[in-house]
This record gives sequence, structure tokens and C-alpha cells, in this order.
Amino acid sequence: MNTTRRAVLKSATASGMLAGLIAAGALRPTQVLAAEWNKAAFEAKDTAGALKGIGAGAPADSKDLILKAPDIAENGAVVPVDVVSNIPNTSSITILVEKNPSPLSASFDFANGALPEVSARLKMGQTSLIKAVAKADGKFYTAQKEVKVTVGGCGG
Amino acid sequence: MSSMNRREFLQMLAAASVAGAALDARPLLAAGNADVLYDLPKFGNVHFMHFTDCHAQLLPIWFREPSVNLGIGTALGKAPHLVGEHLLKAFNIKPGTREAHAFTYLDFTQAAKTYGKVGGFAHLTTLAKRLRAGRPGALLLDGGDTWQGSATALWSKGQDMVDAGKLLGVDMMSAHWEFTLGDKRVQEIVEKDLKGKIEFLAQNIKTTDFGDPVFPPYAMREMNGVQIAVIGQAFPYTPIANPRYMMADWTFGIQDENMQKMVDEVRAKGAKVVVVLSHNGMDVDLKMAARVTGIDAILGGHTHDGVPRPITVKNAGGQTLVTNAGSNGKFLAVLDFDVSGGKVQDFRYKLLPIFSNLLPADAEMASYIDKVRAPHKARLEEKLAVTEGLLYRRGNFNGSWDQLILDAIMEVKGADIGFSPGFRWGTTLLPGSAITFEHLMDQTAITYPQSTLNEMKGERVKEILEDIADNLYNPDPYYQQGGDMVRVGGMSYTCDPNAAAGRRISDMRLHDKPMAADKTYKVAGWAPVDPSATGEPVWDVVSRWLKDKKTVSPRKVNVPKLIGMKGNPGIA
Repeated sequence: MNTTRRAVLKSATASGMLAGLIAAGALRPTQVLAAEWNKAAFEAKDTAGALKGIGAGAPADSKDLILKAPDIAENGAVVPVDVVSNIPNTSSITILVEKNPSPLSASFDFANGALPEVSARLKMGQTSLIKAVAKADGKFYTAQKEVKVTVGGCGG
Repeated sequence: MSSMNRREFLQMLAAASVAGAALDARPLLAAGNADVLYDLPKFGNVHFMHFTDCHAQLLPIWFREPSVNLGIGTALGKAPHLVGEHLLKAFNIKPGTREAHAFTYLDFTQAAKTYGKVGGFAHLTTLAKRLRAGRPGALLLDGGDTWQGSATALWSKGQDMVDAGKLLGVDMMSAHWEFTLGDKRVQEIVEKDLKGKIEFLAQNIKTTDFGDPVFPPYAMREMNGVQIAVIGQAFPYTPIANPRYMMADWTFGIQDENMQKMVDEVRAKGAKVVVVLSHNGMDVDLKMAARVTGIDAILGGHTHDGVPRPITVKNAGGQTLVTNAGSNGKFLAVLDFDVSGGKVQDFRYKLLPIFSNLLPADAEMASYIDKVRAPHKARLEEKLAVTEGLLYRRGNFNGSWDQLILDAIMEVKGADIGFSPGFRWGTTLLPGSAITFEHLMDQTAITYPQSTLNEMKGERVKEILEDIADNLYNPDPYYQQGGDMVRVGGMSYTCDPNAAAGRRISDMRLHDKPMAADKTYKVAGWAPVDPSATGEPVWDVVSRWLKDKKTVSPRKVNVPKLIGMKGNPGIA
């Protein structure tokens, strides 16, 4: 059982907690990477606008971009999403939730061969496609998955 | 043969088969016939017994199988989405027999009187002991939904069923409704009561913070010289179908990548037989069997489907058997494998209905059950009313028990509309029976029993119906939750299961007048998943209503008008 491990970590220092919050996406990217905030893309009201904002017109489907998300969200307020890119020279990964008021949810840049693998917790108001977009050697690639957000109850 | 002669010949055949069916029942009633039904010769060298979804029914009960269990998309016309004659035909079961009664709703009241009650832990114990005696090393697997569904299970926080499972000799289990006792209580039982006795397995439950496994994913054993592994799969959508706050620190999901990892791991450790003890529901199991390789059998539950024979699913690594073993203690499944040369050569499977008058009660279990019930006897046996009609729950859209609950809560609360959750558990009562408080608890015994009255816009009512219809009829089983449609009282509607999400529900009417999207309606309900909901427990509301009525006339069961379901063998 992991109670002990969780208890230990719960009492971790404040700085430790802060790192956890950033990883969990609780802090908005503005607070972390203020200098590189792509206002046009993050404030776009639809997927096409957001893709345009990051310079990706019509990204190509890729099996080397792996998007993991639940089929049905346990809690629409914190939907866990993992993206791994196996495309050589991946320099950025962007995650979009099509039906959110502002679809662009997170964007990550990878410098100097950093491993292109990210995890985030996204807020979703309703059932929607989640899209991951990776940039490599100036080209854009995409993968997508539908995540259902439901009222719950009535099962079993 | 002339057409006249041919018709006469067929009429003669029909008459003979009716007579045959009538004759059939008589010898089967004799106690000696139990040997024919339960004498299952041993096969092979690896043996599993499996029951699931007993929903805490310690005593024999009646349970009517559904007359509506629609399959759509690729599930159309296939098990488990076959009812009545369609099911009998698909599995070559003779109509009018004891077996036909066990697997279908056909002629339910008459057949129930003829063949008697089913299930009961004392009778299940007798059968399990008998089968074990002929199958050394056999493991008894419990698919879960064991600690919930009765008054005594609720009042003892699952303890009566935990001890019954131990006495029965359960070796391993997985779970779903168990978690509605709360995560702390489940861990307490696993650590204190089950330790060293019953393995509680779930490969798909992790902590929400670090993704650490909460329970062991699998257990391995040596059986008659063969290494075997059992992997547990809890109900993937527990925090969605039931209140999430009850297991807030855990995350579930189907997790078939991790399932593949576990299968590969146990194979690498030498397992020659790999079985998944699953609470996915049969449609999800069928899809998982096509995606994950290396599983010999998925012993399934959750959807309460009594499927007489396994479905063989082909996949990239070979094939996987998928079973579903019904509910309410009505069945015990036996799966035998013949393993030699390091792999499974052949198998035999039988889903045995437990007819309690054919199996003597096990004395030790019977006395344990008496002891559990003794302090509550007066309360359990309190007579609330008499039902004139058959009361049952199971079915995609409604059942007469749910209609009774809807009628009661709507009348007591002065609501326009009633919602009752699409649970698949709950026992059946024959016409003319007394409705006791225990019977009412068989339909309502949950840890979030609040009854509610809410004001809702027509738009919101539609949203809820659409959402739940998608949980039932999404063409991709991984997006289904395995319950039935919410039962609706007061209003009528039309449902098109084949339509896309958000477009299945139409023509919503209240007292024959179309409902308006922006009009507000009073909606009564129960079993809220919201932690802040308050209200009198539903059993108190319904119990008061029943005592007031004294005699309950047959209910007019409100079901939607269906589109596109003509000829579907999942509807009577």
C-alpha cells in the first residue's frame, strides 16, 4: 500500500509543492513562460484559429505521435492527458481541446534534444476531441482522441 | 406431401412439442433430477468456478431476465443482446424447460412457480463444494458487486457479505459497488478481513496523485502442476457511474495497455493459463479480448448477462473466451482447461443455474445466514403492501419495480417528472406477494439513497436523457457504462438508439403536450452522485407510500417509443 509514500510527499516542502502544481497544469503557462506567451494562439476561439496561431495550417496525421487520454473523463475539471512524440527532431508539442471556449490548452517547446514527452491536466466542459500537434523540422503532425464528459450516475 | 398434409403434419408436431414441454417439467421437479443438472464430469487439469454480481442476495430469490437488451452497431443480433426466444435459439435451448426459465423472461410467473426460487448462498455453497470435490485445486472467483444490494449488507457496511464470501471459500475477487462503501472501508476490509484468505485484485486502479497501484493486479498459483494467473479488472467507470467523492484518491479506466503489460508479465513468469476476472461488462470485455493478446478467458460480469456459452474472440495472438455469469446469485460458472505441452489444448464451460429446491442448503452457511439476519428480522419482514402485478427491474428502459418507485416519489413529492437510476440489480416479486421492507431494500440499498426534488428546464431534462442514452448506446463499447437507461415517469419520449450522441431523444411530452426547452419542470429522483445533495432516504419515501396504498395494482410501465429497433432480437 502506498499510504506512507503519499503521506511523506504530502508533507513535502513548499517549493516541492510548487513544482508539482506546474506539472499538474494548475499554474497557467503565462506565469511560467511569460516571455514566450503566444497571445493570438491561446486566445483563439476555435481550433482553426489556434492552429493558425502556432503556425500550423493543416497538420498531417501521424502514428508516431501518441496521445493518451481516458475514454470517459472521471472528472471534467482535471482530465489527464499524456503526449509522446517519436518523430525525430520534435521541437514542440501543443494540446488542444476542440470544444473548449479557448481550444489551445497547453504548448511545450523542447530545446537541445529534450525528450518530447508531456503530461497535463486539462479542464473540459463537454465531450470533445482532444488534439495533439507536434512540430518537427518545420513540419506539423497531429493525433486525436475523443474524451467523453458525462453527467454520471445510473451505472450498474 | 400435399400442402394440406404438410400443414396437418406441422400442427401435429406443434401439439407434440407442447405436450413434451409439459411432460418435461414433471420429472425435473423430482429432487433426484438434480444429479442430471449438476453432475458435471471433470475435464482437464485446470479448473475455475466463477460467480459475479450476486448483489448481497444471501437467500434464494426470483430474478426475471430482461425482455429488452438492445444491441446496436456491431453488437446487433449477438450475445449478450439476445432476449427470449432469440436467446434460446442461439444457444439451442429447448423452450418450456427449466434451462429456458433460467436464461429468459419467457412465461416468467408460471415458470417461477413451477421451478421455484434461484440462488441463495447456502445452496451455492453446496454446489461449489460438490464441484470442488471432483476438481482438486479448483479456484472460486468472485467478480464483485458482492458487498452491496441488500439491507443487511448496507447496515453491516458489507461485513455480512465479506464473511459469507470467506465461508463460501472465495479465493479471489474484483469489485465495483464495493467502492461505494468508501475507499477507507474497502481498504480496511482488504487489510483486516481478506488478508491471507481472499485476494482482492485490480490492475486498473491507481492513485490519482502518482499513479501507484492500489491493489495487487494479479495472483499466480500452481494448480495440478500447472502455473496459472488471474488478473483482476475492477469496473472502469466507478467514479463516473457512482459518486466520485467516495473513492476520490483513486483513478480507474479500462487501461488495456497496462492489461497487456500484466499478461506479458505473468506469461514471462511462467503462467500457462491466464484468466481475467473482469467487471468491465460484456461489450467492453468483447472489445478488450480483440485488442489484448495472451488471455485464455475473460470471466465477466457487471452487465448481468446470463450467457450460456462463452463467445470466442479472435485476436493477433490467438483467441480469448469471453463469458458473463448473470447476477443475484442465480448462476455458478465452471470453466475447465486441459493444459498440456505448456499450453491450453481444450476447454469445457457450463453456466449452472442454482435452483434452490434441487440443491440442499449447506448447514453451516444456512446457520451463518440465520445469525446475520436474526437481529434485523422484524424490520426485514415488515409487510408494507401486497402487489397484484409482477414486480421486476431488469430491462433497458424500465421495469415494474422502478415504475412503482417513480409513482411513489412523484406522488409524495408532487413532481411532474420522475427519474430512477438504471440499476441492473434488484430481485423480482411474483403477483400476489407481500412487499416487505427487505424487498424494497433489494431495490434501493445504496450508500447515497437521498431522494430529491429539483427544478429543471426542459433543455436540461433532454441533456440528461441524451447523456445516459449515450452511455448505453454509444457504438463503441469503451464509451459505454453498462447500466440501463434512466427510468422516466410522468413524461413520454421517443428514442432512436442508432442516432448520434445528442440526437437520440425526441418528442418529449408531458400529459401529451410537447415539453419546452426553456420551461421549468419539477423532477423527483434519487441516488444523486453530487456530495452536497440532501433528502430523505428513498426507502422511507416509498415505504410510506406502500403502507398508505396497502394493495398495489399492476403498474403501467412507462417506456419510450423506439425508432429503428424493429426486428432487433434484443427486444421481445
